[in-house]
Amino acid sequence: MKNNRILKEKIIFSFIKMAAFFSAITLVLIIGYVFIRGFKVISWQFLFQEVQQRDITKGGILQAIIGTIYLGIGTFFIAVPAGISSAIFLNEYIPDTKTSRVIRVAIRNLAGVPSIVYGLFGLAVFVQFFNLKTSLLSAILTLSSMTLPWIITASEESLKAVPFEFREAALAMGATNWQTIKKIVIPHSLPGMITGSILGLSRALGETAPIILVGATFYCRSLPTSVFDKFMALPYHLFILATQHAHPQAHEYALGTAIVLITIIYLMSLTAILIRYHLRKKKNA
Amino acid sequence: MSKRKWQQLKETIIKYFFGINGVISILVLLGIFLFLTKTGLQSFEKISLSQFFLEKEWNPTSYNNPQWGILAMLTGTIYIALGSLVIAVPIGIATSIYLSEIASPIMRELLKPAIEMIAAVPSVVLGLFGLIFLVPIISTFFRISSGLNALSASILVAIMVLPTIISISEDIIREVPQEYKEASLALGATRWETIQKVILPVSASGIFASIMLGLGRAIGETMLVLIIAGNAQAFPKSFLDPVRPITANIAIEIKEVVTGDLHYQALFATGLLLFMITFTINLVSDIIIHKQLKNLNHEK
Repeated sequence: MKNNRILKEKIIFSFIKMAAFFSAITLVLIIGYVFIRGFKVISWQFLFQEVQQRDITKGGILQAIIGTIYLGIGTFFIAVPAGISSAIFLNEYIPDTKTSRVIRVAIRNLAGVPSIVYGLFGLAVFVQFFNLKTSLLSAILTLSSMTLPWIITASEESLKAVPFEFREAALAMGATNWQTIKKIVIPHSLPGMITGSILGLSRALGETAPIILVGATFYCRSLPTSVFDKFMALPYHLFILATQHAHPQAHEYALGTAIVLITIIYLMSLTAILIRYHLRKKKNA
Repeated sequence: MSKRKWQQLKETIIKYFFGINGVISILVLLGIFLFLTKTGLQSFEKISLSQFFLEKEWNPTSYNNPQWGILAMLTGTIYIALGSLVIAVPIGIATSIYLSEIASPIMRELLKPAIEMIAAVPSVVLGLFGLIFLVPIISTFFRISSGLNALSASILVAIMVLPTIISISEDIIREVPQEYKEASLALGATRWETIQKVILPVSASGIFASIMLGLGRAIGETMLVLIIAGNAQAFPKSFLDPVRPITANIAIEIKEVVTGDLHYQALFATGLLLFMITFTINLVSDIIIHKQLKNLNHEK
């Protein structure tokens, strides 16, 4: 009787283990496949020369790399300050009333709205209503709107993790509200806020659907010279190569582009983790 | 000005700085909803709701007789969403049980980042992988001319939603108080019986919420289905038929429409529908998860 139950446990556990390893193997398979098949096309020329529209094997993907970097920098400087200060406002300044809780829940749930919906929003608001046309600026503002809920939510979580007693102690010592925030709350929550922001940003850079609607184009002869220019971006370039390009080697070049994109995203995640680690260590020291 | 007064002024200025930022963010996010609703609802002045939801044919560019039915596309969305959940739910729940209850600390430290890294892979990369790797396998296996169909898309979307289901379910399972498990084990239950009869029932609503969140992501996924699902507008009869989900349709058609005309508005109406579906799903799961965490913490 007891043996039967143990046998049953063993069988079920081995199924569970198989499922878990399947989840992990999927990652290894996808990343491994992309790197092994796409590695051939990675070269100095691929990384640092401009796209040759006639023959993709003769050039590189420079405009797409630079476009994605511009997009990242622009979104960083808009979404991160706006997101972190909104979170500070929501968490530290306004009282915890029903209205503020409704606002918070709404923001948290906007984080799950599909990216294509943000694309439609960007098209209606930035491209048409503010007449910014399909441009780098429209794309930056659209991606900023999309990342805003992620950054606010992540920042609020790390603000909430600061024990309430810390604030009370500072206020009881005669510190003002801002002094408490500056000297106590922000230093304790900064690692979490920065990590959350960078992770949000890295996710935004892989997004394709919204930028197709608001400014990314499949080919520009040169790099954008102002924020009002159209631009190329890695995910969209990859999409075009994968689905709409007639060159026999298009898929390999798409895989090469994917390697560059994944590397950028993983480097950003790694930076986020290292910053968190470093700031935590500094705080504990 | 006295130092004290200056201090107070500074406090007020800083407060307003954060306040203005906060209000702008909230207005932007509110604007999303308003713009979608305004533009989307305009289309219903000319298209009846019953035509929109119940007709199968979507053919906005026909000169004589444009059709505005989303039923075929909605069915495509539902096929892929449900198909991906059928695959992702058992694997996801099993993985979260493994990570929280069975795995050794070392295995856990290895597997968890691996799964989080899947979440970081952009959907367009997953689409490319699917196009080159999975689609030919599907077409050979089922002996069909093209593997671009709802089944291939479901498999890839399943990979996409796995990390969501795993990470949230695992968080919930970890919150189950240690005493519950100890009590069950002390009564002579095996570890599996403890999982089956104690841990899973206690965390059921949270796990359900994680599945809902996965559903929300599957419905909103765009690039993957755009690349893999086949883009056919006919009403799908089986999983081996190509489909065009609502998200893919927006991405395909929005570039070709004239701003402000009926086709443009109708695409916004489909966007509004997506927004409402995903927002509701997220809201419900959010409420369930918070209630569950509160209950579990209360027990401790």
